[in-house]
Amino acid sequence: MPTPKIEYGILAPVLVVLAAAVLAVLVEAFVSRRYRYVVQTTLSFAAIALGLFTVILNKDVSGRFAEGSVAVDGVTIVLQGTILIFALLGLLLIAERGFQSFTAQASTLPGSADEQRALASGLQQTEVFPLTLFAVGGALLFPAANDLITLFVALEVLSLPLYLMAGLSQRRRLLSQEAGLKYFLLGAFSSAFFLFGSAFLYGYAGTTTFDGIKLQITTSPGNDLFLLVGLAMLTVGLLFKVSAAPFHSWTPDVYQGAPTPITAFMAAVTKVAAFGAFLRIFYTTIGGMVWTWRPIIIAISILTMAIGTIIAIAQKDVKRVLAYSAIAHSGFLLTGIVAFNKSGVGATLLYLLTYGFTTLGTFAIVTLVRDAGGEVTDLNRWSGLGKRSPLIAGIFTLFLLALAGIPLTSGFVGKFAIFSAAYESGNISVVIAGVLASAVAAFFYIRIVVLMYFNDPQEDGTSVVIPSPVTAITIGVCAVATLVLGVFPQPVINAVNSLAMFVAG
Amino acid sequence: MNGTSQMLVYLIAIPLFSATVLLLGSRALDKVGHIIGTLASTAAFVVGLLEFFAMLGRAPENRAVTQPLFTWIEVGNFNVGATLLLDQLSICFVLLITGVGTLIHIYSIAYMSHDKDRRRFFAFLNLFIAAMLLLVLGDSYLSLYVGWEGVGLASYLLIGFWNQKPAYATAAKKAFVANRVGDVGLSLAVMIAFVQFGSVSFSGVAEGVEAGKASSLALNCLGAALLLAAVGKSAQFPLQAWLGDAMAGPTPVSALIHAATMVTAGVYLISRSHFVFDVASVAQLLVVIVGAITLLFGAIIGMAKDDIKKALAASTMSQIGYMILATGLGPVGYAFAMMHLLTHGFFKAGMFLGAGSVMHGMNDEVDMRKYGALRKYMPVTFITFGLGYLAIIGVPPFAGFYSKDKIIEIALDAGGAKGIILGSITLLGAAITAFYMSRVMLMTFFGSKRWEADAHPHESPALMTIPMVILAIGSISAGFIFNLGDRFINFLNPVFHSDHSGHGEKEHLLPPIVVSALALTAVAIGVSIAIAKYGRGKSIPAVAPADVSVWTKVARRDLLQDDLNEALFMRPGQELTKALAIVDEKVIDGAVRGVGSLTLDVASGVRRTQTGFVRSYALWVIVGAVGILATIAVMSL
Repeated sequence: MPTPKIEYGILAPVLVVLAAAVLAVLVEAFVSRRYRYVVQTTLSFAAIALGLFTVILNKDVSGRFAEGSVAVDGVTIVLQGTILIFALLGLLLIAERGFQSFTAQASTLPGSADEQRALASGLQQTEVFPLTLFAVGGALLFPAANDLITLFVALEVLSLPLYLMAGLSQRRRLLSQEAGLKYFLLGAFSSAFFLFGSAFLYGYAGTTTFDGIKLQITTSPGNDLFLLVGLAMLTVGLLFKVSAAPFHSWTPDVYQGAPTPITAFMAAVTKVAAFGAFLRIFYTTIGGMVWTWRPIIIAISILTMAIGTIIAIAQKDVKRVLAYSAIAHSGFLLTGIVAFNKSGVGATLLYLLTYGFTTLGTFAIVTLVRDAGGEVTDLNRWSGLGKRSPLIAGIFTLFLLALAGIPLTSGFVGKFAIFSAAYESGNISVVIAGVLASAVAAFFYIRIVVLMYFNDPQEDGTSVVIPSPVTAITIGVCAVATLVLGVFPQPVINAVNSLAMFVAG
Repeated sequence: MNGTSQMLVYLIAIPLFSATVLLLGSRALDKVGHIIGTLASTAAFVVGLLEFFAMLGRAPENRAVTQPLFTWIEVGNFNVGATLLLDQLSICFVLLITGVGTLIHIYSIAYMSHDKDRRRFFAFLNLFIAAMLLLVLGDSYLSLYVGWEGVGLASYLLIGFWNQKPAYATAAKKAFVANRVGDVGLSLAVMIAFVQFGSVSFSGVAEGVEAGKASSLALNCLGAALLLAAVGKSAQFPLQAWLGDAMAGPTPVSALIHAATMVTAGVYLISRSHFVFDVASVAQLLVVIVGAITLLFGAIIGMAKDDIKKALAASTMSQIGYMILATGLGPVGYAFAMMHLLTHGFFKAGMFLGAGSVMHGMNDEVDMRKYGALRKYMPVTFITFGLGYLAIIGVPPFAGFYSKDKIIEIALDAGGAKGIILGSITLLGAAITAFYMSRVMLMTFFGSKRWEADAHPHESPALMTIPMVILAIGSISAGFIFNLGDRFINFLNPVFHSDHSGHGEKEHLLPPIVVSALALTAVAIGVSIAIAKYGRGKSIPAVAPADVSVWTKVARRDLLQDDLNEALFMRPGQELTKALAIVDEKVIDGAVRGVGSLTLDVASGVRRTQTGFVRSYALWVIVGAVGILATIAVMSL
């Protein structure tokens, strides 16, 4: 067997980040505790920055690499760039040391004497950095994978660190650990579906490469049992990852339980990676089966929007509201898959970009509202925040308006693009459902705004801490992006549309 | 439309940048804020001058230049680029805004020297300059709209600059509301233009009109909508009530925004849209009527005011009425309206600065009944104000004579009964103007001292008098220079395509020399009556006499405009709001609460599926997977 040909330069974004992750594990083992934080943050930021640089170098690449198992094209470039930007912002939140979001020592039992000791000694472990880097590496590979095996490996490299990271919260550790475990169990469950589907597809096409499966679909009749079952199972696995209903039930618990910086990271990065893979598979590999999968995705999309928006109304915890909002946004994003036309690709990429900035900013602000015990996520205690710290409440309002899709924010631009793409494709039902869901969703976003501005503050020790530069930068960048993408979106729209092209089949 | 210039953007960018720096800057900028602001305005003026000379260097038909900035909105076929356009019409405004603006910045350094918020004041002034330049440099109704709203905002902020006084804050709000009514007109105009012509740029609409794309009804609606916008911004009847109250702002603001520039935006809008009004005869007639009514309205109010700034504000209203009237008289009118606008910019700004100087010396007293004999104590203010006075009443060879005379002339030439009516109105207006301006002069600078005990009038510092002197020089010479060989009319000709040469040969109702004589007679009558009433030896009571005719009382109350607004709009509005509140409470809220509680019920019902147990979550995954499989199975049958 000849040595496989690997194009290291083109795969560099993934390789750099994964190599840094491996290095970070060594740092964790060999660098003394005093310097670990500095070394880990430097290493992580350098890796992400270098990754971003290599992505930019790749910007004109379009082809299949590593023996056809990875596709790098315009869509991959946009997605990898987006993922790395969000990873950078997420890492800034994770690197915050002005207040503590992560448990002092994850291995201690909650409530035990060991835990007390670790807390008292001011211990701050740094294992979250290598975990994050691994997750980023997986996320980078996920939307580029051009082969079922690569896709599965990327999925697991992305997911496994997240299961751990979800359990690292400092506050309400039991809830956090429960969230991590739930996420792990359900993730494993859905991975099983995914693998099962992959096996069926292999049985159908005799190959695991996307190109081979695509070729088989175009050349043979599409009613093969293996194909249909494989397609259904694979779809379940992917829908779980993007938290579409009815596979969404892990989302609120995990979003709430995970440390908020991790929630922010997950909400932005995972969503981009998962929808990236979704786009590639549905637009190219099984594009020939559009008449089979489109009705399903339409139904799932409408169901997801409905569940996300309706249940969000009844929530009393800000992180759970945002989790259901994330579910609803998955429903909106699925309309971009339903569109299945050229503008659908660009619109989905644009939506991911706008949504990621806004959601990162939102969770970043959640980390700032605290009392003596840590973050305050009970919505009732957010009342009057506008009077207490007008600036933070104002920026939060901007983010909420963007999530609601109000004009002059990025959210409007994204929604407008994705709904027009779906409308163009003639699938009016999802567009109507999307607009209705947006209207309902505006209710619970605006309710928070009302709460912050029109209610009197309660004297219960809730306050907004002054963020250190890392968090402040994240919030600032996200707010500026939300505004600029809302007011002058054209240059970004043009750039995304000019890149939004899959490698030719 | 040939030629581009890369400098236009700096006109707007420099003051905008300065405004941003001053607003965001910390207290550390307090010491230099006014200098930064003045320099920014000066820099914009220099850019304007360079553009002006560059323009004069080009052949008349190639003088317009554009600068595309970026694509602003691109949705389907609707494409709005943010492009700046500088032609002969806009350069007049650019020079007026930046030139007078810079003088007023300089004046404000001294005038506001005791105000602790001087930095903020200069930031707002710069913001105004930037917005006003955008208004006159935009090449589409949409860009104009942005500038239009921007100047409205700056005006609101500056009227209410001393918003610690509730009355001032109310005045700012009143101006804002009246402007909003007008702004509805502008947004309607943008929509009509887009629907009818598929374009909102000036050139696009002009081409569309020429190609006959729109019906006469649509064109008249468009014209009426534009007129509504102009009426709101330029304080014309029936939306004029806000201008008097706007005098609550610091006096340099009144000079810049509420005399020289912003309030003339309506004249700009109508002149800019000349291609619409030229073919929309009904809208054009409305323009004339509004102008005629306002010019008398303002003049009559001006007679009854004791507050020096309010008297000047009424006069502004009246003079803009002249301009609006001229724009309604067809192609020949636009250029004369512009000429009067520029000369008015000089002399009215100068007089406001003079009024500010008087107030500065008299402990911010504005009641003219408490002035008197100030000419000996404030000689520079007296002379500069006096020159402005001679200009506004139209004494040759001062600026107002040339511009106002032309308007009276073309009003008389409007033809038939219309010409006679309009001519009489403009002549009557000129007489009244002469009367009330003489009254202001006499009460302020002549007669006996009627000062409050603690008043120690003194001449203002050089930073204030120098701008007044420069503006006074403009009041003397501008009209003569503009009129020399019709050069101003010729300069503007490529914009309006007014056939000015035909104007000279046209049949005149009265020969020009007779018109001038009539106008001067009217002025002489006005001045004489004023001298007889307020001149030497006449005592002026310190409190306005109460036993006056009902007409005087009505005039003192702004011809009941506020009462009318209250009776016609405010009270019915309040009743309507109350009624709507009841409907809202009982019907809409009821329905919404019903839907809301229903949704909440559904939500809490569905929420029960979120048990927290992994096993039930996994069950949902299975249910979903089975559902998908079933769907596929059904569809593949």
